[in-house]
Amino acid sequence: MEVIGRASDTADAGSERELELYFGPQHLGMVGNFSITLKVEGDRIIKATANPGYLHRGFEKLMEYRTWIQNFPLVCRVNVIEPDSMEWVYARAVEKLAGIEAPERAQYIRSIYLEMARIASHLFGLWAYSNMLGFDTPAQWAMYHRDLLLDRFEELTGGRVYHIYIWPGGVRRDFPDGFADRLVKTLHSIGGCVPDYDATFFNNRLFYERAHGVGKLTQQQAKTLGATGQTLRATGMKYDIRKVEPYAAYDKIPWEVPTREEGDAYSRVWVIRDEMIESVHMIFKLLDAMPEGEVYNSVPNPFKWRIPPGETYVRCESSRGELGLYMVSDGGDKPYKVHFRTPSYPHGLTILEKLLEGASIADVGNTMISLYVVAPEIDR
Amino acid sequence: MGKPSILSPFRAIKYLFQKPVTLRYPFEKKEPAPRYRGFHLNDWEQCTGCGNCADICPNEAITMIDVPEIEPDPDSGEKGERPQLDYGRCCFCGLCVDICPPGSLRLSRDYLHIHFDTDTFTFVPQDDKKDCETFLPAEEYSILKASLTHRRRDYEGFSSDLDYALFEPERVPMAELPAEERKSSFIEQVIGYSTEEAIEEAARCLECELCEAACPANLKIADYVKAIYEGDSARALRTIFEDNPLPAICGRICMKHCEDACSLGLRGEPVAIRWLKRFASDSVQDYRETLGIQPGPATGKSIAVIGAGAGGLALAYHLRLKGHDVTVFDSLDAGGGMLRIGPPRYRLPEEALDRDVDFIASLGVEFHFNTTVGKDVQFDELLQDYDAVFIGVGLGVSRTARIENEDRAIMALDFLEQSKLDTRPEVGRQIIVIGGGNVAMDVARTCVRLQEAQYPGEETSTKTVCLESWDEMPATEEEIKESKEEGIQINPAWGPKAIILEDGEVKGLDCKAVKSVFDEDGRFSPTFYEDKTMVLEGDMVIEAIGQGYDLSFIPDELSLEFTERRKVKVDENGMTSIEGVFAGGDIVNVNMDAVTAIADAKRAAEGIHKMLSQH
Repeated sequence: MEVIGRASDTADAGSERELELYFGPQHLGMVGNFSITLKVEGDRIIKATANPGYLHRGFEKLMEYRTWIQNFPLVCRVNVIEPDSMEWVYARAVEKLAGIEAPERAQYIRSIYLEMARIASHLFGLWAYSNMLGFDTPAQWAMYHRDLLLDRFEELTGGRVYHIYIWPGGVRRDFPDGFADRLVKTLHSIGGCVPDYDATFFNNRLFYERAHGVGKLTQQQAKTLGATGQTLRATGMKYDIRKVEPYAAYDKIPWEVPTREEGDAYSRVWVIRDEMIESVHMIFKLLDAMPEGEVYNSVPNPFKWRIPPGETYVRCESSRGELGLYMVSDGGDKPYKVHFRTPSYPHGLTILEKLLEGASIADVGNTMISLYVVAPEIDR
Repeated sequence: MGKPSILSPFRAIKYLFQKPVTLRYPFEKKEPAPRYRGFHLNDWEQCTGCGNCADICPNEAITMIDVPEIEPDPDSGEKGERPQLDYGRCCFCGLCVDICPPGSLRLSRDYLHIHFDTDTFTFVPQDDKKDCETFLPAEEYSILKASLTHRRRDYEGFSSDLDYALFEPERVPMAELPAEERKSSFIEQVIGYSTEEAIEEAARCLECELCEAACPANLKIADYVKAIYEGDSARALRTIFEDNPLPAICGRICMKHCEDACSLGLRGEPVAIRWLKRFASDSVQDYRETLGIQPGPATGKSIAVIGAGAGGLALAYHLRLKGHDVTVFDSLDAGGGMLRIGPPRYRLPEEALDRDVDFIASLGVEFHFNTTVGKDVQFDELLQDYDAVFIGVGLGVSRTARIENEDRAIMALDFLEQSKLDTRPEVGRQIIVIGGGNVAMDVARTCVRLQEAQYPGEETSTKTVCLESWDEMPATEEEIKESKEEGIQINPAWGPKAIILEDGEVKGLDCKAVKSVFDEDGRFSPTFYEDKTMVLEGDMVIEAIGQGYDLSFIPDELSLEFTERRKVKVDENGMTSIEGVFAGGDIVNVNMDAVTAIADAKRAAEGIHKMLSQH
């Protein structure tokens, strides 16, 4: 571990054995542009201070200077891992303010697309987590399987990472010919490897010993600290915005919200695994139920499109938890104000700092990645 | 749940014996998806240089640059510019593709650019239609050389789709009287946009301003359309009046060169600029109050204007604003000139005409109606009494086809003029109109209406005959379509030979088939099949084959000069070969329409003002 430390010489810094350690942003155990300043006594952490300010791009401000449509290439870049839920909240907020709706087929396509994104994002997360714990083999598989999904994204949207696909009024293009079949095939080939993942990672004794009991949260703590997504569901709470406040086509098909009781890193990763499997099943059901028809209700010319004054808050269940977008229009051709409520914000700041108190140095990366912190989300 | 196994990971060993999933680049290459968003392609033949791609680009990666080999052609909406991409900025979002009105800009599946020079990131894209050196067939292409200038042929990726375009290709439909209803009256055929419709139509405009370059008078179209979109008709009207003081007239009968250039018209319908101008004019109660225009402080200079048509009126307006005294002479009893005689009332109602004319008169322009220059007042006197003279007499003399028994034919302009009087001329039951232009269509459609009134319930017919074929006919498509709707039978490619008389009564028109209308050099020189003839039955023949000018009031010793096309020659200030005499309108330009006359008048007004300011 690359540790730079210095003995604290301030009087109020506690005992003489206290050290300040910088964990990241150039740390091997750190994924993303993020750092944590640790105050340690021996191997014990006394205080952790999260430092997200390495990727500030001023997106929320920049968006006030771009027209409603021009913001799409920006909004997806807020979260590199899963740009798609960002597109959805932005497009939905614009739709709500402008009073337009997407056709039904587009709603199904949006759901399928968001679930594809969830699987791709979870695979990325799985890579990060298993890789960080030293499980290189399943990490490589996860990367490969994510790439298979990126191929499908490329086919559907033209882009591999930044898709810019969900638009106000629907989606940007319909499925290409034979897309559904190829998507099913891809999902089958990923699903067929679940036993291998289980054997090498999820049912691996080493993983259990390493993650069990680490970063444990009670349900009460999770609720108080603003946890959402799998962090909350791993504490036994069945809370998913796709169920609570269904959007797109999530109320059109039956599906389950996977939960665990323990609330530790181990259960959080298991929830991710179960969610991926559930998402695959959801896509199959959505593909079967998807109606024919239009996928785009055209919106006005982007140079002249003015949206009536108003404000709105839109939220969705991203792969990491509740993603919200608050948007204000003053009746102009650009947003007056855009503000994101990203799930990594409470996870990466308040919860992480809380969980690291009293933890050992070896568990820092373990805890952080199990909370699924995506740094660009915290600091837009 | 029991504790997981420590041995289970050995399951992964089987992967040791499997083929690796990674590609061995560059020996194995991954084929991008057909919708892949890679480097740009641009079809230079379709591209007009409108610059919408540059406007929408969120990264300002696109710059419009002048391309020397492309000649700008405002009439067809060709700006002579093409987009240049900076791949240091481009994020491959494809917004430029979805906004491209002609659909010329696409993205390819190429994505490799390897070069030591970062300047090569700036690139003007073309496609394999024109650029054979960059876009190579599969056998010449090597991935090891892949760059912006070494690309694959037929490698299209994300391309434009009209169903998902960011602009609206279809215009807001204009309510019109149905053919059956309008045939029976002279009520205005086009009903006009409501405020909501006008705003919706104005919202389609992409503000690329190709229309402004195409308009002879260079109206600030994008600005006034935007003002209409913002619900500010007054601002729209003020913008229009900067260049065109006849919006109620032009909003109805303009030849709309702007709409021919509109980029939305390339794959859809152009913005209804003419109807929007009409809306701006109609939705304002009082011009004077809205515009707040006053004549300029008096300069003591005076200008005589011959002809109160579009050119004369516009000139009077511009010069009054500069404070000069303007006197207009016209042989008719009201202002408007050919606009009053020519367009039938269902196209241009008298109220609209009066509205524009009265406003210009209210600025203090002095009108001398029923005054013919050369008869009631001499040209020499005008030259002596005024500081400058403007000739805007237009084409007021009907041309004839020189056929047998021609004295029995009625001339188009006489007929149109009379048809506007309360005592409308009597028409026949079977009318033959000679001519294939807009005037011929006006005449034929007027005839249909008069027949409906004079022979209610009886069988009547109106036919037109012209030398030109369907494709060559000078009448606008709109006029031909509407004429057909009203039951007019059009006979193209037939030449009139003689009016057939029986006992002194008109019985029909003898026609011969046309071989060709124009000679090899494109000059008018019709040839016929003398043996192939046809007789059109009819009891009335009207000739509408064009008009000429009568400038006999200008004394010969002044030696007015003409161009090769027999138009009055003027310099860049609109001045003729006679010092202090300016000219404009149909006698000068080849477009021969109202808006070009207005453009001529603006140029002449500036020329006159400049001349008078010097003395």
